[in-house]
Amino acid sequence: MFVRGLKRKCFDGEEDIEGTLAGIKAIPSYNLQRQSLLDMSLVKLQLCHMLVEPNLCRSVLIANTVRQIQEEMTQDGTWQMINTQSTGQAPVDRLVSTDILCRSSREQAEGKHVPGYSAFSKDFEGDQAQDRSETMSTASSVQAPRNLQSNVWEMENPQENKGNFQKSLDQIFETLENKSPNSVEDLFSEVDNSYYDLDTMLTGMMSNTKMGHCDGLEPFSSPTTTTSSSNCKSDLNELDHIVEILVES
Amino acid sequence: FLGAGGGNDIQWCFSQVKGAVDDDVAEADIISTVEFNHSGELLATGDKGGRVVIFQQEQENKTQSHSRGEYNVYSTFQSHEPEFDYLKSLEIEEKINKIRWLPQKNAAQFLLSTNDKTIKLWKISERDKRPEGYNLKEEDGRYRDPTTVTTLRVPVFRPMDLMVEASPRRIFANAHTYHINSISINSDYETYLSADDLRINLWHLEITDRSFNIVDIKPANMEELTEVITAAEFHPNSCNTFVYSSSKGTIRLCDMRASALCDRHSKLFEEPEDPSNRSFFSEIISSISDVKFSHSGRYMMTRDYLSVKIWDLNMENRPVETYQVHEYLRSKLCSLYENDCIFDKFECCWNGSDSIVMTGSYNNFFRMFDRNTKRDITLEASRENNKPRTVLKPRKVCASGKRKKDEISVDSLDFNKKILHTAWHPKENIIAVATTNNLYIFQDKMN
Repeated sequence: MFVRGLKRKCFDGEEDIEGTLAGIKAIPSYNLQRQSLLDMSLVKLQLCHMLVEPNLCRSVLIANTVRQIQEEMTQDGTWQMINTQSTGQAPVDRLVSTDILCRSSREQAEGKHVPGYSAFSKDFEGDQAQDRSETMSTASSVQAPRNLQSNVWEMENPQENKGNFQKSLDQIFETLENKSPNSVEDLFSEVDNSYYDLDTMLTGMMSNTKMGHCDGLEPFSSPTTTTSSSNCKSDLNELDHIVEILVES
Repeated sequence: FLGAGGGNDIQWCFSQVKGAVDDDVAEADIISTVEFNHSGELLATGDKGGRVVIFQQEQENKTQSHSRGEYNVYSTFQSHEPEFDYLKSLEIEEKINKIRWLPQKNAAQFLLSTNDKTIKLWKISERDKRPEGYNLKEEDGRYRDPTTVTTLRVPVFRPMDLMVEASPRRIFANAHTYHINSISINSDYETYLSADDLRINLWHLEITDRSFNIVDIKPANMEELTEVITAAEFHPNSCNTFVYSSSKGTIRLCDMRASALCDRHSKLFEEPEDPSNRSFFSEIISSISDVKFSHSGRYMMTRDYLSVKIWDLNMENRPVETYQVHEYLRSKLCSLYENDCIFDKFECCWNGSDSIVMTGSYNNFFRMFDRNTKRDITLEASRENNKPRTVLKPRKVCASGKRKKDEISVDSLDFNKKILHTAWHPKENIIAVATTNNLYIFQDKMN
């Protein structure tokens, strides 16, 4: 009952589709919706790393939302459930993305994922070991080793469980706090044209804020398809930032 | 709603609109703050490009008694420039976050303007005469050979076209690690506070190389950070009292006499959460985006995402009044989270007599709540109602079900058109409402 109550308040479009057969079939499960909210939040935390210093209030609020979801999932036991659904090679308690709606198919193909997550696609598991060493050294272009983050943590802390997830949040905050002077040179070498593309991408994205993404039958699928192309492109540039941040910490 | 009848209800009329007409908004022109001065004669705006534009009200024309003076551009200056923080490899935006006027003490006007990192004190002065009659220089400006000067000529002041000059008198820099969200001038008119996400500093207007830290909520370990400061303001009458609001929906009132570092609040204002409305977005929508004391100093008003609350300073456990700004958005919070609108920071303001409060919404709507009659009204800032003295038509949003004629459904609201900044003249019924890049001025209908 509690779950149902939450569902109604939390997710949009419920009132519109209740009572129709087609609607009932199309309602994503609460767990799926919650999972995609989690995905969305983690993507948002990544997108914080723009040219200008990220808005700390927004980051804190998103991080708190993520923690809330994480806590609820832990209490639910869903945390464990998701892990057992994985393709098996990860440590038991690692959070696995159920590969959702907030990413376009193109992003999935490139193996993009969020820190603390591992996008489970069999294509990438083979590449993981090779890519690791490259990314550890510099924070340069991010063509191949995108799914490196989780592997780095895995290698460093094979026993790490949910702390993996928490760590990504913490690292984000530490980055907001300080970037070590040692990395200044690295950062300067990073300043290439992609920065300016990032700006254009983001302004393009921000103008795409009209409502209507989340209404109708599938609250979480529509936003991703309409904004995914711009998301994708900006994310490619932002991974520069992300990897560099993670490597610094 | 207001204007529905009764001799005392205000009928709002379009007066003026400032800014570019075209829909293509230049980023630098986005208005980021609006503030009347203490007399209401001057109206200042700050924008994303770091500029300040001040409008001055014309002196009332005795023959034109049907309208109050118009506001015309008085002064424009570049307050802040973009900077680059080399250590963090990040840009510091020149966007003006807040402007606060000092009360006028002499012929010149003073205001504080701030971006994310630096506060500046600006002096705005008029020059309408200049000395003429010097005989010490040649035509081209070179000094004449002193032996050729045979008479002593005392220059005389002659009138000239009015020139308004803005000059930076103080620059208060390097005191904030995080982004400044508020500045507030103390009632002693000698000190002011500046607040960023985690700290509040106290300054003396004359001293730029030092400030005192009076609030610090930064945790020892940044990983433990769960709450930030969102706004702060000095009490209008008690120079030792100020409040600050947080992202968790709390307001803390502090007394500077209690200790140097006001980490312990004197009062904590917080409304218990309504369990039936709990969702993953509860905390985000409870985050306070603005806090303003009433002119009397007895109340304070807070704005969170969906509502405006009035608090009696003597009662900490709940607000005395709550007004719903756009409750129809509650069922759309997920979409608004996805498109980031849920993080929009709306401001709020009091009228001069503290009887009406105003705040903005989406679709270029703004809302007013009359505390006495308990009536509210929704109006729109749009160029469609362009004729001066045209009474604004009240708007209504249809939340669900059948949409009546003239109502607008929630799904057709334009979330790119947000009114974040509004200001009310301290004495008259004149309001300034900022859309993305236009400033609208409305007045009540005079008979």
